[in-house]
Amino acid sequence: MFSNTDFWSFIFGRLTWESIPHEPIVQVTFAVVTLGAIAVLGAITYFRLWGYLWKDWITSIDHKKIGVMYIILGLVMLVRGFSDAIMMRAQQAIAFGDNQGYLPAHHYDQIFTAHGVIMIFFAAMPLIVGVMNFVVPLQIGARDVAFPFLNNFSFWMTAAGAVLIMLSLFLGEFAKTGWLAFPPLSEGTYSPGVGVDYYIWALQIAGLGTLLSGVNLVATIIKMRAPGMSMMKIPIFTWTALCTNILIVAAFPVLTVVLAMLSLDRYVGTHFFTNDGGGNMMMYVNLIWIWGHPEVYILILPAFGVYSEVVATFSGKRLFGYVSMVYATAVITLLSYLVWLHHFFTMGSGADVNSFFGITTMIISIPTGAKIFNWLFTMYKGRIRFELPMMWTIAFMLTFVIGGMTGVMLAVPPVDFVFHNSLFLVAHFHNVIIGGVLFGMFAAINFWFPKAFGFKLDPFWGKLSFWFWVTGFYFAFMPLYVLGLMGVTRRLRHFDDPSLQIWFVIAAFGALLIAAGIACFFVQVFQSVRKREELRDETGDPWNARTLEWSTSSPPPEYNYAFTPMVHDHDAWYDMKNRGYERPLEDFRPIHMPKNSGTGPILAGLSVAFGFGMIWYMWWLAALSLAAMVVVAIVHTFNYDRDYHIPAEEVAATEERRTRLLAKQQA
Amino acid sequence: MADQTMTTADSEKPIFYVEDYHAPGSTMFGFWIYLMSDTLIFAVLFATYGVLGHAYAGGPTPKETLELPLVALNTAMLLLSSITYGFAMLEMERNDKTKTLLWLAVTGLFGIAFVGLELHEFSGLIAEGAGPWRSAYLSSFFTLVGTHGLHVTIGIIWLVTLMAQVMIHGLGEDNRRRLTCLSLFWHFLDVIWIGVFSVVYLLGALG
Repeated sequence: MFSNTDFWSFIFGRLTWESIPHEPIVQVTFAVVTLGAIAVLGAITYFRLWGYLWKDWITSIDHKKIGVMYIILGLVMLVRGFSDAIMMRAQQAIAFGDNQGYLPAHHYDQIFTAHGVIMIFFAAMPLIVGVMNFVVPLQIGARDVAFPFLNNFSFWMTAAGAVLIMLSLFLGEFAKTGWLAFPPLSEGTYSPGVGVDYYIWALQIAGLGTLLSGVNLVATIIKMRAPGMSMMKIPIFTWTALCTNILIVAAFPVLTVVLAMLSLDRYVGTHFFTNDGGGNMMMYVNLIWIWGHPEVYILILPAFGVYSEVVATFSGKRLFGYVSMVYATAVITLLSYLVWLHHFFTMGSGADVNSFFGITTMIISIPTGAKIFNWLFTMYKGRIRFELPMMWTIAFMLTFVIGGMTGVMLAVPPVDFVFHNSLFLVAHFHNVIIGGVLFGMFAAINFWFPKAFGFKLDPFWGKLSFWFWVTGFYFAFMPLYVLGLMGVTRRLRHFDDPSLQIWFVIAAFGALLIAAGIACFFVQVFQSVRKREELRDETGDPWNARTLEWSTSSPPPEYNYAFTPMVHDHDAWYDMKNRGYERPLEDFRPIHMPKNSGTGPILAGLSVAFGFGMIWYMWWLAALSLAAMVVVAIVHTFNYDRDYHIPAEEVAATEERRTRLLAKQQA
Repeated sequence: MADQTMTTADSEKPIFYVEDYHAPGSTMFGFWIYLMSDTLIFAVLFATYGVLGHAYAGGPTPKETLELPLVALNTAMLLLSSITYGFAMLEMERNDKTKTLLWLAVTGLFGIAFVGLELHEFSGLIAEGAGPWRSAYLSSFFTLVGTHGLHVTIGIIWLVTLMAQVMIHGLGEDNRRRLTCLSLFWHFLDVIWIGVFSVVYLLGALG
């Protein structure tokens, strides 16, 4: 029979006491996180909130709540990703000459990998998907997404991926390969530990969630629009959401396959990307960027949509060039598929191939430039209100133009041969992702928060956060452009040349300013909740905005609209306000709604167990949880009782409350 | 402003809401989109096979490993299963529950035969020392063909589940929709197999 060690290694796979990191930094973090988690769980238990959380949030299939949960997940992971960032900045600011800094190489390598992976997959993506989830159905006058249960499942799969990546901090290690895990470094030969396996399974599980939410939102936008909303009357944010979700559906399968092949190499011993056996590691680089380049447009397009809504609203004008905006979005969607090779001009594809991809890359700046001009012309002669969403938008326009121009520089293959792998590149993509995506998400949060919760966010702390973020960004990343031009490569842990140090110190100062910006944002949320009565908005339309979501109450009732709106213009709500719309007050009907379901969170929990089993070679756990997932999924399909009707009286009562609030407002 | 002139009293007031509106069902459309994303999975696997299909690393070549008669039989199983699924759908249209179930069962048996023959082929190859770890060519071969086989296996599990559901709930609206989805999935796998058969087996046998 089993000897003792055989038995334990059957149960725990390769998980041993040694797997728990012994570095003080990690242990202190672990202690803080554990205490924090105990405090939160204790508070939930103390206030008896478990039932409420389970019934009203965790199992909820209401797109608005799922959107909010996505955004909370994104913000939590943003803090995690930022802690990685500030550790790197601190290390690089001090590690010169004899000073080795405070991070050993194997730890530093995990940090820069985790930072990239977390920021893209678990901060930016949840924020983007969350905003789309919340806004899109409201904006098209629908009562929910096309597949509400699937939506809940998608969210929990994304959260499951985040759980796995957080586990890697305290059990074992994370990948030391850089955020795209290029082979042969990521192959079993050179990365035998659990790091790359954490990477693979966290991304596979979260990626499945993203893919399904992409399918869901495409179907929602194509099929569920209110009557009258033809394609050219779709609000511009929804247009960008449509294009983004088409990109998700068309790009994420590639990521799934390429990660599956990497796992086969690691688990089964195949030769897709190995040095030996006929493997081709450059195929990995090609395939992962065929996903990776569309991915950056998946992130930026919805942000463009946010800016478009914000600019039109706060300039008090119709968006300039709506049609050209739609076409620009569509062209960017298409072109984003034709540029992936610019990520590896130095691979040696030859001048012809490089020229083709260099030119397509430069062409993308044309529709993007058209968008910038459209926003500027919308502001021109507008009555601009400098509220927070508008401030973020203006900061975006200034910052993004710089990032866009350095992007065009990098698109020139000979230039790229010089800048390749340098801090110039690092500065460029932070310039467009922070200045584009992140600023957009802050604009979106400030813009739609009153819709979600019924009160505005506190402007004082919001402005503080804004100024810290924007100045912090410039302090943190402009020095990296300089360093990149001087030839400093990325992902370095230690430097010899003392003349470089001052630039890294400035960058670290910038990171501190950003830390203050993040802190101010959380204070802003806290203060707003405290002062919610002062900041309350009972009109449902606090910004005098233009699209349908502002026509319903804030927060919207679970059914969104008692009667489905009829759309005549892409600024449907503006049109309604302008042409004497009167809120219907009677004749309410029962509303058909889907029921909540616990299957999503259960499947996601099992997938964490499955991933954990695969990562640590606990085959029994992996097999068991996979089998359990199949069973749970099948059992779920045997439930035919999935919907209910909100009775007409309840709808009437809800609408009556709103009528009274509106009357009070007008009095 | 120009906009305000539109609210004059004599102009007819536009309708701003609909009293009883039901969005059209989107399941079929959503399922199509899912199938398109699945197509991309196979597209990447075909591309990989295209890149690695000649990387034998001194190991066996397609000519030495592929048995066309076996694959011909296998292909026949899958194509027949598509036809029998079509019969099941025709019976569903006629609202004949028993015959629908019968044809679904036949379809499932053909599917099992297909997966069984594929496993037989795979185990033969592995026994000859031509497993997926032998060379990049074999890695891409096993992965492309195996992913298709995995899809068929999932299809069979789905088919059995649906048969049970049809037995319990009959051919109601829900089950009709589900049968139509599985129908799309099943024929989709047929189409993919035509690609696998042509690209991997026929071109491979030609050398």
